[in-house]
Amino acid sequence: MDKFDVVIIGSGPGGYVAAIRSAQLGLRTAIIEKDKELGGTCLNIGCIPSKALLSSSDHYAFAKKEAGKHGIKIDKVELDLPTMLQRKDKVVKQLTGGVRGLMKLNKVTTFQGIGFITGTNKVSITPAEGEAQEIEADHIIIATGSVPVELPSMKFDGKVIVSSTEALSFSEVPKKLLVIGGGAIGLEMGSVWSRLGSEVTVLEFLPRIALGFDLEVANALQKVLTAQGMKFHLETKVSEVKVENGRAIAKATKGEEQLTFDADKVLVSVGRRAFLEGVGADKVGVELDDRKRIKVDDHFRTNIKGIYAIGDVIAGPMLAHKAEEEGIACVEMIAGKAGHVNYDVIPGIIYTNPEVAGVGITEDFAKEKGMEVRIGKFPFAANGRALAADDATGFVKFVADAKTDRIIGAHIMSHVASDLMAECVAVMEFGGSAEDLGRTVHSHPTHSEAVKEAALAVNKAAIHIGNR
Amino acid sequence: MSIEVKIPAVGESISSGVVSVWHKKDGEQVKAGDLLFTLDTDKVSTEIAAETAGVLRTIAAEGQEVKIGEVVATIDESAAAAAPTSVATPAQAKEKPDPNRSEAPVSGEKKSPNAEVLSPAVRRIVEEEKLQTAGISGTGKGGRLTKGDVLAAVENRGTPATATESQPAMPKSAPAETEVAVPSESGRFTRKKMSPLRRKIAAQLVMAQHTAAILTTFNECDMGAVQDLRKKSQDAFTKKNDVKLGFMSFFIKAVVEALKAVPAINGRIEGDDFIQNHFFDIGVAVGTERGLVVPVVRDADTKTFAEIERDIADYAKKAREGKIKIEELQGGTFTISNGGVYGSLLGTPILNPPQSGILGMHTIQQRPMAIDGKVVIRPMMYLALSYDHRAVDGKEAVTFLITVKNCIEDPTKLPLDF
Repeated sequence: MDKFDVVIIGSGPGGYVAAIRSAQLGLRTAIIEKDKELGGTCLNIGCIPSKALLSSSDHYAFAKKEAGKHGIKIDKVELDLPTMLQRKDKVVKQLTGGVRGLMKLNKVTTFQGIGFITGTNKVSITPAEGEAQEIEADHIIIATGSVPVELPSMKFDGKVIVSSTEALSFSEVPKKLLVIGGGAIGLEMGSVWSRLGSEVTVLEFLPRIALGFDLEVANALQKVLTAQGMKFHLETKVSEVKVENGRAIAKATKGEEQLTFDADKVLVSVGRRAFLEGVGADKVGVELDDRKRIKVDDHFRTNIKGIYAIGDVIAGPMLAHKAEEEGIACVEMIAGKAGHVNYDVIPGIIYTNPEVAGVGITEDFAKEKGMEVRIGKFPFAANGRALAADDATGFVKFVADAKTDRIIGAHIMSHVASDLMAECVAVMEFGGSAEDLGRTVHSHPTHSEAVKEAALAVNKAAIHIGNR
Repeated sequence: MSIEVKIPAVGESISSGVVSVWHKKDGEQVKAGDLLFTLDTDKVSTEIAAETAGVLRTIAAEGQEVKIGEVVATIDESAAAAAPTSVATPAQAKEKPDPNRSEAPVSGEKKSPNAEVLSPAVRRIVEEEKLQTAGISGTGKGGRLTKGDVLAAVENRGTPATATESQPAMPKSAPAETEVAVPSESGRFTRKKMSPLRRKIAAQLVMAQHTAAILTTFNECDMGAVQDLRKKSQDAFTKKNDVKLGFMSFFIKAVVEALKAVPAINGRIEGDDFIQNHFFDIGVAVGTERGLVVPVVRDADTKTFAEIERDIADYAKKAREGKIKIEELQGGTFTISNGGVYGSLLGTPILNPPQSGILGMHTIQQRPMAIDGKVVIRPMMYLALSYDHRAVDGKEAVTFLITVKNCIEDPTKLPLDF
């Protein structure tokens, strides 16, 4: 029987990154993936394909609506959806192939099949084709990720009522797309198809979209997306979705109102849940928490010795970069080193246009908890580069501790919010203050100057706007 | 040029202390020799004086615990007392003809070979407030100084920081740790942090108990003979020696005799060795407001009664004034503790490490004693000897105490010199 130091079940960002780090630390590592391609949800049906479509649809929308402003005359802008989808597939293929290359490079043994923990330190692998086999491992890391939540009142049928997976590959642009759930996934996918010509309506249960993000940012985003043509119904609870003649009829309540929506496609994006089917965790007695996620300690150990879990399958934000950090920390601790994940500075992004990004304490949270903070804001409307590039929608907002000036929250709405966020996270990781950021040189003219100015604004020292 | 004011080494076992009182204010002009602050350690209070003249910039706050070698202030020899904070410019440096002033007038450690990288905000505050970064602990990643750290350092210095209008008003300077007593909501108890001195003493006491095998043996002595002798000789003694004849000289001399008879008690255990002392430095415990101090009467075997009494009187005065020097507290080979002054009848003293014995004196009480078949009232004092059983066996301990008793009850056994 093949024996390994570390076996990782699941090759998403959590799993494959853990595998690479494990190999770097000199541990004999194997990774098991039930799908044909490596990379998990992120690479195959999540982060990457969605970003490919968001970029492509963004260009399409630009060509249709903005090009003229720049003096670019385009006679007829037409959509070739199959080509757009093909490009997306190509990108996915390139990256999943890349992960396989990285496994080879780091000498990580790759197994295709469903990984099932059969006993302490034993995992059986049932491939799609061929014989099952068993391998031994000192340490087993469960990184099986998550799947979309399915609501019983609107079960997925893969055709009309769909999850994000199918929404990445609609064969034609739905005339009417109903999106149930106003979180990152719903907003992003809604955005894609809205740009490509769908009439998109987003139904959200809460009185605001983008839960978890700064409220001011979320509200600003809703305004922008509305201006782009998307419709929103907040505080709306969908009771059921029925499919009739290949189309969907959704019934919802908004306070006292009864609403009905019809659509060609319904994207149900109300959240994701930990995926544990087939891994045998329950068989060996791995404890779960009240949300059916695997319970782990600060070393990512489950209650069973030798079994660990990371990523979407345990508690915490369901983000690829969070899974990656956990994968690395878990493996480093297994190797006897000090691994650490700083959960205070894990940013979240929504890749609409403009993007929104947020990390740490939001202004509304600080207000609610009565924290003593100072706020600094700067709009891109006052940023030279943004104006020159014609993407001046949005702002940067910092939340800083009133006493120490330490930055405890950063929130950005901008075409390039996701990239600008990196600097903010870096400064926060070092316990930096708003003044530190404000006194750091930022190239001119760049969007990043808005970050500098917002930091200066915390201490009422912004240069390119008035300080109130 | 700025001179650093550091906490000097005050004793071999002392690694830290407390800046208990600043005698000069931040920004004040000081002369060489001026007393700057009082340093409290677990053994003694010391006055620290300025070594040079200039403008004092305090860094440590009153009540702040400091380490030996820590920089607690700087004296800017060049600046006048009312100097505004100035940023060094090349022009300024050139204007000074003095060759010693080649450095920029602002905190010199910017050019030190181990110059740490300061974040922009920290850099600014250090420069504006003339902070010495060596004395500030960093809470940032990897021990880096954050803006919050240096803001706190400025606050604790007792000087309001240059605040921008948006910053909230700086709170009052940090009070000395010992003075803040926090009453409970119900008022049924009050919580007050122990002073560093107290905490040190507490640690020492526990350490003593853990290290030595401490036992106590008791006896009693009839103070009558000594009392009579004192009454008879007091006038002449005082006139001749300008100091009163007390009890302590008798006991110190008695202890010396007993140590000669039982050398094991005049030594200490160090690792696997027993070190035998061939001299007699007797510590005498003196109670002060701050706590117990034990100044040492050196070579008690060679001193006269008068010299011993004079030593003790000096120490008592110094103790009251908080002026006992650290050298005066170190190196004792045996200690006498008199609980009798507080009224203690009988007690078990704790050893003064690394010594192997301590004599406890107690109150003199008129008690009925059986002497020659009759009951007589005698002035009796209980004696206690706590000893380290690792070095001293039971018989030796008992013998010691009996020797003391005999010497007290018959003072002619002592080398009386008056």
